[in-house]
Order: sequence, then structure tokens, then C-alpha cells
Amino acid sequence: MDLPVWQALHEELAPQGFTVITVALDSGGAADAGPWIAEAKPTHPSLIDIHHMVAELYGWVNVPSLTWIDEEGTIVRPNDPGFAGEYFRGMMEPGFDFAAMRAEYQRLKERYLAAVRDWAARGRASRWALPPAEVRRRLARPNPDHARAAAYFRLGTYLHVQGWRAPAEAAFAQATALRPQSWTFRRQAWQLEEAGKSGGPEFWAAVKALGDHPYYPRQDDL
Amino acid sequence: MPLMTNVTVVDEGTVARVAAELCGEGLWISAPELVRGTGWERKPAGICRGAVCVPIPPLRESEFVRPDGSVNVAALARHRGQAVVHDDTATVWVFGNSDEVRGAMLGSAAAPDFTLPDVRGHLHSLSEARGKKVLLAAWASW
Repeated sequence: MDLPVWQALHEELAPQGFTVITVALDSGGAADAGPWIAEAKPTHPSLIDIHHMVAELYGWVNVPSLTWIDEEGTIVRPNDPGFAGEYFRGMMEPGFDFAAMRAEYQRLKERYLAAVRDWAARGRASRWALPPAEVRRRLARPNPDHARAAAYFRLGTYLHVQGWRAPAEAAFAQATALRPQSWTFRRQAWQLEEAGKSGGPEFWAAVKALGDHPYYPRQDDL
Repeated sequence: MPLMTNVTVVDEGTVARVAAELCGEGLWISAPELVRGTGWERKPAGICRGAVCVPIPPLRESEFVRPDGSVNVAALARHRGQAVVHDDTATVWVFGNSDEVRGAMLGSAAAPDFTLPDVRGHLHSLSEARGKKVLLAAWASW
């Protein structure tokens, strides 16, 4: 879980005019996200988004997703997977190399945290702060299917809160069909259906079905 | 008499319960119920809520308003660029983000503001961090 890493980074960089804001995409609310938050003891704003509203605004389709915003409120990196990587795939297969996974995790983590530190220190002069034209290129274009998917997901979370399970699941199915790239829609719906299903056989089958396609697409070497 | 149904409308995050007439993909609400439940109101400038007025497109009045003053809020939402969806029984409707909200980010790369609770229910907005660099990080318990 990433929350302790972000909290440590916040403590380290806060004196430089930097803050972390974490958003739990958790339709189960404080009941689900709360224990993790309690353990991380955040001193940064650690927020809970039961409707995945911020994911829609920022075009996030997976966790982790990271966005950098400068002092003026301008996005300088729209959407990165941070130190998440493909290293977890195959974890359920026999003979998986856990040591190699840990090494790759450590490598990506050091690289990503070094990039954040560089930006915190150097701002726009950091090679990791993207020029506005590149930010706009990376931001998702408005897409009617994605807008409908988000509306169906919102319908699903409303119905779920009312305790109407079957209609909620039907709404989540519509959201997933309209935006199949959204792992957050899919995994959250699985999780509401049955605790643990978000990381169950359906999840691993879906990851395997990606074949050569990445689970965490990257647009550059960060 | 049209058949009135109690429906829930989730419109850009706010939830309203209103009596409405379902008519295909239309959702007609009487003038007094409209103001009470949604804040929208028919005015000379169009259909208005607070500072926002949506002019009714010429020659398309019958899609949006009836002579008795009732308004088709689903048509209004679609006209504002909002996705409109509902459950199978059409008793819960969701109107998504309008074009203004979704488009705001694309022109300028300005980070869209939001307000969310922390674990104790205290509300925080992104805009409170103005003047600082922000690492906005999504995670999930699942």
C-alpha cells in the first residue's frame, strides 16, 4: 500500500512549499479506507472519494494515479502510475520470481521519488515538469462514452448506498462496458459485489487477457 | 392527468427527490416542483438556476418547456452537455458533469477544483493548497 510512502514524502518535502493530497477511490467509504488511513497517520489531506469523482475529473482509470499541480493550480504532469509497474503480473503463476519483483519495485520507486524531489526543488526547471502543450496533449479529450460511463458509475454508487444491489451491479456493468479501460470501475464494482473479488480470479484472468498490453501505460520514462 | 412518479435526480453531485412525469427519455417536472426540488426556474432569459441561465434554443421550445410551465430536466441536462442515464425502472436519474466542468481543464491545463471529506468528515478543497506544489495521489483499499 502506497499511503505510508506518500506520507513520508509529504513530511520530507512540506518545508519546501509542497503538499501531498491523497484520494482514496473507495465507494465503501471510511469503513474500507479508514483502517489504512489510521495506520498511515497522515498529516497531509487524506480524502475519501466514494463516487470516484476526482478520477473522472482527472481521467484516472487505475490506482495508483498521480497528478502534479504547481503553485498556480496548473497541471504539470497529468497522469502517471508512479512506481507501480508490470512487475506484479504473473505473481499467481508457479515459479514467479518474487526477488526480481521487489528489485524492480525498488528501482521504480527510487526513480519516481527522485523525480518528485527534483520538481519540488526546481519547479518548472525540472525536466519532469511538462510544458503546457505536452500537458494538454496528455489530457484525455472529452469522450461521450466516458461521460456516460462516469454517470452510470455514479448511478451505481447511489444505488449501492441505498442497498439496491442488483440495480447497482447493472449500473456498474454499463459503466465498465462503456469504459473497459477503467480498472477502477471494474475492480470497485467487483469489491462491492463481494469483498476480495477485486483481487480474485476474475482480476487475474483480466490481467492475463491484456497479453502484451501494459496494465499501467506510461508515456515517458517516468 | 399525466402519471406522476417520485424520482431521484443526481445532478452534478447534488441529490433531489421530485415528482415527475416520465415520457420516454424525458423527465417533466411542474414549475413549483422544479424550483423546490432542483433550483431551476423558467425566466424570460431561459431556464435559470442561480447565476446560470440556459437560453431555450429557438424553434425547439416544445422539447424543453410546456405551456403549463413544466420543464423537461433531462432534455435541459443533455442540452448542457451532461450525460443522462437512469436505472431500469427510471426512478433514479444521474446527470453527469456539464461541458463547462469537463472542458475547463482542457484549454488551460488548470487543475479542476474538488471538495472531499477526510476520514473524520472534515471537508478539504484542492484550492486550499494554492501557493504550494501538490502531488495528488489516487489509491484504494481494494
